[in-house]
Amino acid sequence: MDNTTVDQGNYDPANPAPGVPAIEMRGISKTFTGVKALRDVRLKAWGGEIMALMGENGAGKSTLMKILSGAHRADAGGEILIDGNPIVIDGPQSARRAGIAIIYQELALAPNLTVAENIYLGDEISHAGGRIDRRAMETSCAPVLERLGAPFGPRALVGTLSIAEQQMVEIARALHGKSRILVLDEPTTALSSRETDRLFRLVKQLRTEGIAIIYISHRMAEVYELADRVTVLRDGSYAGDLGKRDINAEAIVRMMVGRDLSSFYTKEHDPDVVHPHLVLEVDGLTDGGRRVKPCSFSINRGEVLGLAGLVGAGRTELARLIFGADRATGGTIRLDGVPVTVSGPAEALERGIAYLTEDRKALGLFLDMSCGANINLGVIARDAKGGMALDLKRAAQRATDAFRSLRVRAASPLVTVGSLSGGNQQKILLARLLETGPKVLILDEPTRGVDVGAKSEIYRIIDELARKGIAILVISSELPEIVGICDRVLVMREGAIVGSVGGAGGEAITQQNIMAHAAGMEAA
Amino acid sequence: MQPIDSDVPTKAVPTAASGVSTSSAATAEAPFGGAGLSARQVRLRSTLQAAGMLPVLILLAIGFHLFGGHRFLTGQNLSIVAQQASINCVLAAGMTFVILTGGIDLSVGSILAASAMGALIASLWSIGGGFAVPVCLLIGLVIGGLNGGLIAYGKLPPFIVTLGSLTAVRGLARLMGADNTIFNPNLSYAWIGNDGLTIFPGVAIPWLAIIAVAVILVSWYVLKRTVLGVRIYAVGGNPAAARLSGINVPLILMFVYSLSGLLAGLGGVMSSARLYAANGLQLGQSYELDAIAAVILGGTSFVGGIGSIWGTLIGALIIAVLSNGLILLGVSDIWQFIVKGLVIIGAVALDRFRQQGGART
Repeated sequence: MDNTTVDQGNYDPANPAPGVPAIEMRGISKTFTGVKALRDVRLKAWGGEIMALMGENGAGKSTLMKILSGAHRADAGGEILIDGNPIVIDGPQSARRAGIAIIYQELALAPNLTVAENIYLGDEISHAGGRIDRRAMETSCAPVLERLGAPFGPRALVGTLSIAEQQMVEIARALHGKSRILVLDEPTTALSSRETDRLFRLVKQLRTEGIAIIYISHRMAEVYELADRVTVLRDGSYAGDLGKRDINAEAIVRMMVGRDLSSFYTKEHDPDVVHPHLVLEVDGLTDGGRRVKPCSFSINRGEVLGLAGLVGAGRTELARLIFGADRATGGTIRLDGVPVTVSGPAEALERGIAYLTEDRKALGLFLDMSCGANINLGVIARDAKGGMALDLKRAAQRATDAFRSLRVRAASPLVTVGSLSGGNQQKILLARLLETGPKVLILDEPTRGVDVGAKSEIYRIIDELARKGIAILVISSELPEIVGICDRVLVMREGAIVGSVGGAGGEAITQQNIMAHAAGMEAA
Repeated sequence: MQPIDSDVPTKAVPTAASGVSTSSAATAEAPFGGAGLSARQVRLRSTLQAAGMLPVLILLAIGFHLFGGHRFLTGQNLSIVAQQASINCVLAAGMTFVILTGGIDLSVGSILAASAMGALIASLWSIGGGFAVPVCLLIGLVIGGLNGGLIAYGKLPPFIVTLGSLTAVRGLARLMGADNTIFNPNLSYAWIGNDGLTIFPGVAIPWLAIIAVAVILVSWYVLKRTVLGVRIYAVGGNPAAARLSGINVPLILMFVYSLSGLLAGLGGVMSSARLYAANGLQLGQSYELDAIAAVILGGTSFVGGIGSIWGTLIGALIIAVLSNGLILLGVSDIWQFIVKGLVIIGAVALDRFRQQGGART
């Protein structure tokens, strides 16, 4: 970049650029409907630095970033300084002029346009008379794409690119617009591990180019790898900063939740291995080899079985076959020893198999409906009077009970699910499944997009359910979670179960042993 | 709009509620900071949303009364308004079910015509007119069912399917009467369109209005108090999640289009009862647009999942009040169209603006 404040040649990540911060926010407050979302928050980021912004869901990260991007206006009294000069951000345009670019989880690209057209969206180059000049757009954005090492050209149609590549287009658009402050909001949520690595290399490269990067993430591993400094928000307030050398999980978590997490994972259940009772037995289940090769395994009563593997290994697809969401072409399923057919989700639920989807917003919840309605959806037919009329009293009771037992934090079961934080949404979805009284519970990424506090509560709930004798299958991409809560772990690769750790006489459940199977190496 | 963003103020009160292994029962009573709204606020908001357009309706009625020579708010005129609103109300009730699932039914006007033709033909049968009403309802139900089958099981877009049947069924209606008006001066069910229930001497409520109110009440019950109703909202809110929750989505779609057809058939009974006649070409022309307008005015979301039957009732009344009031004011037919169209757009724009304002302040 041409006008950075950092001397790129002498960049030293251990000692991030001194002097004036590229962006500084001071005394920022924001009030919504009488509720203080942000209280006197401050934040600094220097050019050539990756600053990780952390906090639980609801801590105010997104609100703060929306103020930075001009989507919200801060209350009077705060200050935003670029290179030490106070500026006013009163809309997306002024944020962009100030060199601020934000890349949200939900990418804002037009899939039906080319890369070049997207980069120039709203700022198209045209001939005299308004005819669009595609060639000029394509040639002038080529250098940026090259600098980012993009594996696609300016003429590629954005809709045909992977999520990771689309992210690259967004970054290219930001750099092309001469942005010097880049905010990445949980950029790795939808990426595979290889794509994540590539993104990390890119982010580090941008750091050496002197760009100030604000990186929002829930994943501790990413923060270790990338961050030069961590700023933590808690309940809408500034909770503190940690320098590179002080970054550790415990310190961050303590700042985020304001207390120690003595036992993060809960594993008090103890499956009866002496008198095993196999609740679910899957034998040779397959979709014909497209995504899932014949898979066989079983789950004991009260057992938490982990299903690990890289993204795309076929774990979700296998779960959907068991649940009947997709059609199996071969294999058998036995429940309590009895062979059953599962022709669809309705039948699966009736037989006692429940599936928590990995994408709760798109495939799980009814965001406009109340928490109570969401919780009761699976059992209203069972509860109905005369097979038809809703039992409102019973439904209200179920909702209240679920709120209490799962510790849902919302004003009442009448509020819409869409207004809750990720962790509470997940509890609502889980409550719906539990109301149906499942024997087998399949949890697909149960803590995705859930803050630290709620994560720990979900682990406690899983443990309690196992103690009640439910057979639980946990699909997760977070290895510490798998290691922390599972009794036994199956590893999938390329649609097949390639290994098993834990259980009687098995290898120890460690991240190394699981990764060895997942990546296709023999365990040492 | 309620912000869907998860990072809007939660203020989760970590001390009381999020203890990892302590304080199990304290949560429900804990003082919640601001996760969403209080129960009372939620109830208030949903009441306000249902009331939505009620102020517009009242203002229109008062305005027409004041500027229309004090002739609008009279018993006789209100009875006329109720009759005018009733057929649209019945069609719009069916349309509400359809739009709640995220669909649309463009064919109701044509179905109304075809079933009215069927009713008139059956009323002239030598065995007597007793079959007229059942035949009429059956025609509506069957055509609605065909729409539903193509949409639910054929996976065709509702707009396309019902656009097709809008045209084809209109042709069918003309075919049934050989493109002539069928007339029956001794129509057995003409009382439906012309009589009323006398509540005390001199004051009668038109049967048309009673039917419309009954349809609204039954619709309310089905939507808000039955399993089916919850599932209709669920399918409209998130079809993928509905399927994974074990809901038979095609069956729900089949139901709403069949119901819409059935209610269009009922509309056929009502309009032919008023006229003692049916004409395949003219009857029910562009009724679907009035029905859709009533649903939209009532605040039902076009993408599905949000809305109420009370809103639809108010919407239908607004349209009827507008037509009636503009006639009272002596506005020409041409200008009536223009004014009605602009009021529909304006009212909905106002509503959107009001709701956004509500979320901000």
